[in-house]
Amino acid sequence: MILSILATTPIVGALILALLPRESAPHHRAKYVALGVSLITLALSLVVMAKFDQEAGGYQLTEQHEWIKVFGAYYSLGVNGIGITLILLTTILTPIVILAAFGDRLPDPKSTNAYFAWMLAVEGLAIGAFAATDVFLFYVLFEATLIPLYFLIGSFGGPNRSYAAVKFLIYNLVGGLLMLASIIGLYVVSSRQGDASFLLSDLENLDFSTTTERLLFLGFMAAFAIKAPLFPLHTWLPDAAGQATPGTSVLMVSVIDKIGTFGMIRWCLGVFPGASDWATPVVIVLAVISILYGALLAIGQDDIRRLIAFTSVSHFGFIILGIFAFTTTSLAGSTLYMFNHGLSTAALFLVTGMMIARRGSARISDFGGVQKIAPIMSGVLLVAGLSSLSLPGLAPFISEFLVLAGTFTRSIPAAAAATLGIVLAALYILIMYQRVMTGPLKEGNEGVHDLDHREMASLTPAIILIVGLGFFPQPLLNVINPAIDEVVSNVGQGDPAPRTPVQIDDSASSEGGHE
Amino acid sequence: MIAGFATVDDLPQISAPDIEYALLAPLFIIAGAAVLGVIVEAFWPRGTRFLAQVVLAVVSIVVALGDTIWVFQDLKAVEGSRLARGQVAAEGALAIDGPGVFTWGILMIFGLMSMLMFAERRLEGGLSAFTGRAADAPGSAAETEAIKLRVEHTEVFPLALFALAGMMLFATSNDLLTMFVALEVLSLPLYLLCGLARRRRLLSQEAALKYFLLGAFSSVFFLYGVALTYGFAGSFKLSDIDAAVSNRTDGENMLLAAIALMAVGLLFKVGAVPFHTWTPDVYQGAPTPVTAFMAAGTKAAAFVALLRVFFVGFGGSSWDWRPAIVAIAVITMFLGAVVSISQTDVKRMLAYSSIAHAGFLLVGFVGAYIGTGDSSRITSVSSILFYLTVYGVSSIGAFAIVTLVRDSGGETTHLSKWAGLGKKSPLLAGSFALFMLSFAGIPLTGGFIGKWTVFSAAYSGGFWWLVVIGVLVSALAAYFYVRVIVLMFFTNPVGDGPTVAVPSVLTTVVIAVAVVTTLGLGIIPGPVLDLAQHAGAFVR
Repeated sequence: MILSILATTPIVGALILALLPRESAPHHRAKYVALGVSLITLALSLVVMAKFDQEAGGYQLTEQHEWIKVFGAYYSLGVNGIGITLILLTTILTPIVILAAFGDRLPDPKSTNAYFAWMLAVEGLAIGAFAATDVFLFYVLFEATLIPLYFLIGSFGGPNRSYAAVKFLIYNLVGGLLMLASIIGLYVVSSRQGDASFLLSDLENLDFSTTTERLLFLGFMAAFAIKAPLFPLHTWLPDAAGQATPGTSVLMVSVIDKIGTFGMIRWCLGVFPGASDWATPVVIVLAVISILYGALLAIGQDDIRRLIAFTSVSHFGFIILGIFAFTTTSLAGSTLYMFNHGLSTAALFLVTGMMIARRGSARISDFGGVQKIAPIMSGVLLVAGLSSLSLPGLAPFISEFLVLAGTFTRSIPAAAAATLGIVLAALYILIMYQRVMTGPLKEGNEGVHDLDHREMASLTPAIILIVGLGFFPQPLLNVINPAIDEVVSNVGQGDPAPRTPVQIDDSASSEGGHE
Repeated sequence: MIAGFATVDDLPQISAPDIEYALLAPLFIIAGAAVLGVIVEAFWPRGTRFLAQVVLAVVSIVVALGDTIWVFQDLKAVEGSRLARGQVAAEGALAIDGPGVFTWGILMIFGLMSMLMFAERRLEGGLSAFTGRAADAPGSAAETEAIKLRVEHTEVFPLALFALAGMMLFATSNDLLTMFVALEVLSLPLYLLCGLARRRRLLSQEAALKYFLLGAFSSVFFLYGVALTYGFAGSFKLSDIDAAVSNRTDGENMLLAAIALMAVGLLFKVGAVPFHTWTPDVYQGAPTPVTAFMAAGTKAAAFVALLRVFFVGFGGSSWDWRPAIVAIAVITMFLGAVVSISQTDVKRMLAYSSIAHAGFLLVGFVGAYIGTGDSSRITSVSSILFYLTVYGVSSIGAFAIVTLVRDSGGETTHLSKWAGLGKKSPLLAGSFALFMLSFAGIPLTGGFIGKWTVFSAAYSGGFWWLVVIGVLVSALAAYFYVRVIVLMFFTNPVGDGPTVAVPSVLTTVVIAVAVVTTLGLGIIPGPVLDLAQHAGAFVR
């Protein structure tokens, strides 16, 4: 029951907000209601975390009810270590985003209620998607997240918002519909082998012919690759992130896009292990291209928000690389990366969003010397930026290291090329920081005042977690690892034998903890 | 010695036809109410005639709906078949079976919702959406006088009931001659209703004329097909035709010609490409309540008749007709979706959308998956029945909203006038957006489950690649549905923007029912899906 309560709490909050009277006073009740609801959800997720038995592994806190009998669809929830990590990410980020969004200037001030209501709706649907253990339920929630995000981008973004919203929707819908075709295929295959069922546990035991499995896999992978996004299907992301409000971008990139990479682990690797193995060479190449291409384009951006979007393309490349390297190390790294990337990107989007709101421009060339008048802001930007370039001591470093370490055992060329991405990451972040913050104060930047208390309050938790997990990631890895072991054994690849007969401590994943 | 005098015994025995009145009661109720409506029209005082007609129509449909439910529950399983329920009735003229009676049920619901829209009188200042005196030339002095006298055509109610009876008959007719009669009974009142719009009467009359000419033409194709089928099979009965088709040794050409000609007639009613050209003009010109009634009702009845003819009658030669239907399905989906993108009129856009949906329905039809009995997998028939339910209710809801967005010249259907509707009237625009999302097949709406069912039927029939084409076209179609949402919510109104008329409780109820059904069928589709699945196969 606890998972259902967790997922419905934000949805109920969204409904309450929708029913509250619309007002345009500067101090909205709506904002505080939204913040309150998201904090309650956070508390509930901590309860879930406490109830979750880290040692036991498998799916826990499960609940299951028949939903649509004819389809074999169940309302079935349950979390493993991967799901609960991402649920935690979602519930941590939402209050941060909502608090940071208090100051957002909306095109229509009367629509504040709708703005926060849609945000809560995104949270609830995302939690549901991370907890669903029935592919039909997962699909419905996965696709349903499009609607609130579409309205968030289209109603509250920049001048080109409606173009960006439509592009976002169509890209994701195409992927989603291809996945729909595969789900229908699963239904047919499963009902040929007895009663139709969409439960993960039943799907894992289905027998496919090789061709069928590959075709169905492609449908799922298309949806997740667009969502994640993987080169060459990434072009919607910079447009959407460039137009959306910072809060929307965080929800989109840090939370919803994670459903894509999460889906690869749970559904692609879980249901189609053979086909996943078959597709590995292509996916790894695309992931490496994503890493390098995203980083190169990020260097070339003048719009800060687009820059961050391209850094995310690069980071998602790492995550996908780690997933399809199929080693326990790389998969654990990828899962941890999802969490850390969520935090670091959230901090980046939010702090730059505050800068952009003050300056009235998102162009890097319009900024300069901001450090002098807004030291705290520049400090936060520096920490967030350094975490994005995976500086040792900050959380993303450990996950990136694990991904690369795990990939080296599978494919040295891919890992070597991906390592270049780290160098490029240093370039795009440091160049941006240098041009925005250092040097003499540029004309037009006088109005960029430092962070106020509310903004600091919203960013502090993210920064604390980034630093804290950089030094001590083990608690999170303890949650993730049992689930990863199950995934790897399901794929049946196993970890490659070490090339040099050196006794490697099996807790290689804890290495980061000693940094 | 008494040669030349015939006794009673010598006369040929003419037994009275055996009619299952209990089974056919819903049909008789609607047809009877239509006839009664004509009498009311002749004798009831003018002052309260409108009310009397409305009450007659609504009550008869409600009673018929109740009876339909009873008939559905009472259908007996056919011996030797695990799926089919029901029986052949009225001396073989009708097949009262699961799919047929299910169609009756949804037709009653569509009819009821349409009647409420027909009866809406608040929007036109106390008059209905139909012209006061159809005989007056548009713009003439006589027309002005008719408006001043506040005369109304209350015949629209019996006409609609006749059309409804025709639809019911069409969906359950078991021989081709009955089917042809039903086709005419359903079409003729609709031709007439199309020409009765109160506003923009020339457009309306043009629509009626176009519909009539093309409709009559397509009926003749159908009739020619019936004649050739008779020539081939020697019978009008679908079961005899099935036997002849299954046991055929020659006469292939005649059979193919018959199938092709009948397909033309039926696909015309369904609105499939290349027989779709009437749809946009007629949808646009007809009074919006009539458009709603046609979009939902005709499509449902025609699709079930199409399925019945092809699955029962020509099932034995499915290898001959499936390739052609596949091609038509692809073209219909694609053309409907692409052309709607360029539409600037809401009603025309909905017309092209209905064409695209005809394509999606054909995808389910082509799968021709009839189930195996022991598996509960979705069959073609049940998927189409479910899709028709969702599509019909959502379309009626969408057209009901079209009647509310108005300016001084009546409904303003130009899309540019709809800009900013979401800011003016969030609830109404939100409802319209919901219908658009349902048409686009976004999860948590009924349209999604509908798409799911027809695609799964096609997949079960071995057409997985058609499913892939279908989902890609769905994405294309989603583009124009989303465009309407962009227009309503993200665009600033031009000038004063649209005005939203406050409807009476009738239209409000229609929209509310449509919204609840669209959402309900998206979240808990189980009960209706079970019903559709329970309807089983056609009896022969």
